[in-house]
Amino acid sequence: MIEVQGLTKRYGPTTAVEALSFEVRPGAVTGFLGPNGSGKSTTMRMIMGLDRPDEGKALVAGRRYGELRWPLREVGALLEARTFHPGRSARAHLTALAAGGGIRPARVDEVLAAVGLSGVAGRRAGTYSLGMAQRLGIAAALLGDPGVLLFDEPVNGLDPEGVRWIRELMKSLAAEGRTVLLSSHLISEMALTADHLVVIGQGRLLADTTVRELTTRGRSLEEAFFALTGASADYRGAAHPTYRGATADHQGTAADHHEVASAIDAAPERNDR
Amino acid sequence: MTAVTATAPTGHHGFAHAARMEWIKLRSLRSTAWALLLTVAGMVAIGVVTMANTKVPSADKAAAFDPTNNVLAGVALGQLVVGVLGVLVVTGEYTSGSIRSTLAAIPDRRTLLTAKAAVYGTLTLLVGEAVALVTFFAGRAALADGVPRPGIGDPGVLRAVLMSGAYLGLIGLLGIGIGALTRHTASAIATLVGVTFVLPAVNGGISGPTVAKFFPTMIAGNSLAVAKPVSDMLSPWTGFAVLCLYVAVVLGAGARLLARRDA
Ligand SMILES: Nc1ncnc2c1ncn2[C@@H]1O[C@H](COP(=O)(O)OP(=O)(O)O)[C@@H](O)[C@H]1O
Ligand SMILES: [Mg+2]
Repeated sequence: MIEVQGLTKRYGPTTAVEALSFEVRPGAVTGFLGPNGSGKSTTMRMIMGLDRPDEGKALVAGRRYGELRWPLREVGALLEARTFHPGRSARAHLTALAAGGGIRPARVDEVLAAVGLSGVAGRRAGTYSLGMAQRLGIAAALLGDPGVLLFDEPVNGLDPEGVRWIRELMKSLAAEGRTVLLSSHLISEMALTADHLVVIGQGRLLADTTVRELTTRGRSLEEAFFALTGASADYRGAAHPTYRGATADHQGTAADHHEVASAIDAAPERNDR
Repeated sequence: MTAVTATAPTGHHGFAHAARMEWIKLRSLRSTAWALLLTVAGMVAIGVVTMANTKVPSADKAAAFDPTNNVLAGVALGQLVVGVLGVLVVTGEYTSGSIRSTLAAIPDRRTLLTAKAAVYGTLTLLVGEAVALVTFFAGRAALADGVPRPGIGDPGVLRAVLMSGAYLGLIGLLGIGIGALTRHTASAIATLVGVTFVLPAVNGGISGPTVAKFFPTMIAGNSLAVAKPVSDMLSPWTGFAVLCLYVAVVLGAGARLLARRDA
């Protein structure tokens, strides 16, 4: 379970995330969808305790990241950029993390095998291709066998086979009862992988719903997405201050889903005015 | 719903986990071994060459003659290598992005910086003491016939050797602290070199020892590595205490900044 509560993050004049609230539940893949620059990575960094929110908080398993007792055994994350030293081998990188996370060392070879890096585990990680680097990041996320997993754009740089592997991995992790938050700006990927969707635009929540609900009445996910994100730009321009159904004060609870769905439906019409 | 452990593991992570992680990280980079090898070889070589060229002092200088100070001349090189490596222990994490993995395991910045300081400080202290002792004996053996040989048991000699070794540990910690302050390799190394080499030289040229004696390199050469304390300079223990103060202040400030900044 991940609870994001009223998160706001500003970088100088840029507001990257604004009053964002949603929950990520176990047992499903929750897609975190939004255009580039909409604040997905920033939100994930705040969940991980890497960036400090200006307002609000994020809880994982009921605690702030910094208060977790065994962070790597409770949360695993693949973040956007490379998160290893190029001079260290994959095995050394994971062995160090295992020591820091209180994880038995034998787990290192297990996750190396799971992501298909056993054969190159002794090589300096700086020599890895983008796809191998992603696999090393996933190995690190799986190291502590955590119940909560965050993946920020995991399919970036992967070949079709790798993309499919990630997709199956996400689904199987969720099927084991884990909480999986998967960010992407790729709508098609979300349609194939996610059960639940949190859609953001310009740092604000646009929808917190299921893929199914969003694509009712024969509309494709893509159409629904553009309707939503178009509305967000519109809202930003302050042309329609009355359109608030899916933004700041939305708390992302299950009861709200229908409200959100109707707000989504309303969006294109408002755009047309 | 199978594999997930609903039961929370007992206990919690802490400094010991952070220290073990940092030790594995330190020894798994080739640069660590190379840098320390360079420190040892460089300091011993400089000590031996300096001693081989040390002449019998003239009668008026015999009282102040302090070959222990000569043999430890290589500390000037050693501090640079050890300090730069200390900088990299922190800045290397930020330039590579590995800091995000590290903080995922050990979210508390103070615990992390303390662990880095403890591990690297201990390593450089041990290497420093070992190389100081080896350099002393190797250098002493290289003295020409007729030059008075210092004995490790002579007054002040063991203190000078051990304090010079400890100096490397302190400079290692200073490097870590400066790295935590700037988080950028180039600016941290520039700061380190400025504080150790450039500023004391400039300052010494302008105002003599009044201010210059407070710079780390000056303390190392004129306060620590002396069997016979030098007038105008800080006494050995005062110099040592001043250095410890610098390290505490810089590490403390570095920890504060790390805790406040986004990673
Ligand atoms: N460290 C940072 N400093 C300044 N601006 C940032 C920083 N990180 C993100 N931003 C800005 O915040 C916004 C959201 O970025 P990001 O979270 O990376 O979006 P996404 O992951 O959805 O593409 C963008 O406008 C981006 O330029
Ligand atoms: Mg991103």
